[in-house]
Amino acid sequence: MAIEVRIPTILRTYTDGAKAVDASGATIEELIGDLEARHPGIKARLVENDKLRRFVNVYLNDEDVRFLGGLGTPVSDGDTVTVLPAVAGG
Amino acid sequence: MLTISRELVDQIIAHATADHPDEACGVIAGRAGVPERFVPMENAERSPTFYRFDSMEQFRVWRDMDDNDEEPVVIYHSHTATEAYPSRTDVSYASEPHAHYVLYSTALEQFRSFRIVDGVIEEEDVKILEPGV
Repeated sequence: MAIEVRIPTILRTYTDGAKAVDASGATIEELIGDLEARHPGIKARLVENDKLRRFVNVYLNDEDVRFLGGLGTPVSDGDTVTVLPAVAGG
Repeated sequence: MLTISRELVDQIIAHATADHPDEACGVIAGRAGVPERFVPMENAERSPTFYRFDSMEQFRVWRDMDDNDEEPVVIYHSHTATEAYPSRTDVSYASEPHAHYVLYSTALEQFRSFRIVDGVIEEEDVKILEPGV
């Protein structure tokens, strides 16, 4: 079993158009590392200076990982991770 | 071109007017490019110069759209001191290439719509459907 990662429209260029892909890892950080191995280039859109980009939201099941443990948040098989670019502007 | 009902236009203007001088923001969900369901969002920044959807509210709204086979047809926000034209910040964070980005200026009472794709702004015509027509 793996972890399902839901990919927003704007990042589907990295996943050949797939809305959801599988990845594995024990933490969000490892999961993103595995995603990068499968879909090169995607990590830089999510992470900057070893932290989640400020305007990218990553959710573990129903929770924003910023309110859990950030990139160190543990994940397990069967979880769903959702990536959503924050809607923001000035 | 954005085709939108008068009722939805009035809802955007009412939300922007109520939150003035802070920026107001929200989504209109729909299918096949037709805006239908008005979803006002909280501006987590509560600022006259910036807006950001609350992350948990955005998660719930995006999941509901997914469940309903809807998409964010319109993403709107207000400018409260300047014209209804996308700022540099608006362009740098625009992340829904299929959405109509609607701006309403409470200062100038301007309602305008744009596509923002790969950092390029393109203004489009707005066709408002009047009730009973």
